[in-house]
Amino acid sequence: MKINSVKIISLLFFILSAFYLYTAHQIQVFAFDEGAPFNAKTFPIYLGYAGMFFAGLKIVLPDRKPIAVDPLHLEFKKTILLVVTMIVYGATILKVGFFLSTSLFLVFSYYFLGERRWKYILIFSFPFVAIFMYLLHGLLAVYLRDPLLKYIGIMG
Amino acid sequence: MIEGILIGLKTALSFQNILMVMIGCFAGTIIGMLPGLGPMTAIALMIPITYGFDPATGLILMAGVYYGAVFGGSTSSILINAPGVPGTVATSFDGYPMAQQGKAGKALAIAAYSSFAGGTIAAIFLLIAAPSLSKVSLSFRSPDYFGLMILGLTAVAAFSSKGNFLKAMMMCVFGLMLASVGQDTLSDIPRFTFNTMNLSDGISFVLVVMATFAMSEALTIIIKGNDPTKAAKQISLTDLGSIKVSKEETKQMAKTIPRSSILGFIVGVLPGAGATIASFLAYGMERNFVSNEEKEKFGKGSVQGLSAPETANNAACSGAFVPLLTLGIPGSGTTAVMLGALLGFGIQPGPRLYETNPEIFWSVIMSMYIGMVVLLILNLPLIPYIARILAVPRTFLIPMILFFSVTGIYLMSFNNFDIFLMIGIAVVATILRLYDFPMPPLILAFVLGGLMEENLRRSLLISDGSWSFLWDRPLTICIMIAILTIVGWQIYNSFLNHKISSKT
Repeated sequence: MKINSVKIISLLFFILSAFYLYTAHQIQVFAFDEGAPFNAKTFPIYLGYAGMFFAGLKIVLPDRKPIAVDPLHLEFKKTILLVVTMIVYGATILKVGFFLSTSLFLVFSYYFLGERRWKYILIFSFPFVAIFMYLLHGLLAVYLRDPLLKYIGIMG
Repeated sequence: MIEGILIGLKTALSFQNILMVMIGCFAGTIIGMLPGLGPMTAIALMIPITYGFDPATGLILMAGVYYGAVFGGSTSSILINAPGVPGTVATSFDGYPMAQQGKAGKALAIAAYSSFAGGTIAAIFLLIAAPSLSKVSLSFRSPDYFGLMILGLTAVAAFSSKGNFLKAMMMCVFGLMLASVGQDTLSDIPRFTFNTMNLSDGISFVLVVMATFAMSEALTIIIKGNDPTKAAKQISLTDLGSIKVSKEETKQMAKTIPRSSILGFIVGVLPGAGATIASFLAYGMERNFVSNEEKEKFGKGSVQGLSAPETANNAACSGAFVPLLTLGIPGSGTTAVMLGALLGFGIQPGPRLYETNPEIFWSVIMSMYIGMVVLLILNLPLIPYIARILAVPRTFLIPMILFFSVTGIYLMSFNNFDIFLMIGIAVVATILRLYDFPMPPLILAFVLGGLMEENLRRSLLISDGSWSFLWDRPLTICIMIAILTIVGWQIYNSFLNHKISSKT
């Protein structure tokens, strides 16, 4: 049996299923439900076994067409930067407000992906978000939390 | 039925709903045109918007997006040989050679007319089949539904990911696991919440769809270093040639369209088969029907070679609505997303939808006709302009997709936890995508998880814990035989493959 990335993912899924099965057994059901034909943990227990069964088969059986993903050709740096930017965006959107956090998210994302035309970067960030907010908040009356704009007095 | 059609027409022809069909077709065409982004992404991005409307309008918008995305996928197949959706791969076989011969406009027109005809014929079939099937499915019981859901999952796993059955089944189980997070529907007992209040209501369907489709598709494009707009820079998107179709070509299409429509509709109804298989089958079938002289033209710009898959994939899209509307069980990833959205509206599709919410049932069918007309009248002349979207650089495109995904979840929950959870699922989905783990089975399982558990609960309680409900009724036995055949055949294939590879 050749070990490849798909086998490793399958092994991780096998472990996840085993953990899921263990957690399913720990679900506290009502005393009168304990011996019932079906209770809150019945379905998850079956799922745990099913996950282990299919992952186990995938580990044991060979791959028909092994997937060759060359890590050297993957753009990890850009992807990680983008994911980190999203996490920061998610962390700041409520505290800083929609306008500033979204605009900065767009500016940084464009930049990290290689865009250097600042004219377009600025057009498709701050004004774009302002128009988007106007459409949602102003026209469609969708609530958008923005403490910063509220503090300045732009938003009610 | 006439009364129903009138109700549907009245709802579908309201100003708001016509506007939604137009917006849906337009937005769907743009998103579907972008290689790598399919109808599921297009619909996923639209879900947060649909929650602002009534269910009929929301579903009409999504149906418009669906058709628009399929049409958009054909456009990128023809113009740059980069199918936006798997269902339009066969379109590129003859569409792209036609475009290379300077007949891009004609190829787009043939694709549009074939799509229109295929979609319209299939919508008529749907109009006839859906109410009758609804009545039949009223006799279905919990064990039958439980069996049908497993059949749907195994069929999607078997047909939608050739050679990846075990991977697809793992994704099904993963989707069911995600669906089990949160309070148990009957006893309210928390499950897999790890004492976090944020998980007590379970994981939002929109969050999972956005993460596994819109976000992970965008991240996959980045990590693979693909530029979906690169090919578009090599051709002129402004001069596509004439869109006129000659009499001779119309005659050729007239022969192809009826048979491809029937085939497409039937394949679309089958769980898991969908537009991709329908288009390939129609292409193969057409090749067998035509004269030897025409056969030579296949792959080099044949009118019938282009018309057949385009007709079939649109007919299959309509066919896929049959199990959704009549049984409440989606047969494909895209209709699973629609089912999830409907459940979000508090509507349970199924045989009773026909009686309880006739306006939704009929207006969706009617909006399909309107959608086809919109695609033909509005989108075809606008294609030279819409096609320019193919030239938008990915440096702007990807952040926009991520922005719409995060904003969609933010507007629904105003909760940081949901955004982090979505990013986490998207990262996992991106890694899984890199190694060919299919996402549609995950979504289908996630949507069906609650319903499956509910039907299993009822079946086991009625039979007092005995699994005999699986073979008590002839219908259930038939369903179970179909499931065992699919699973057994797929696992046997894997063992056979094991033997062959150990010999070599």
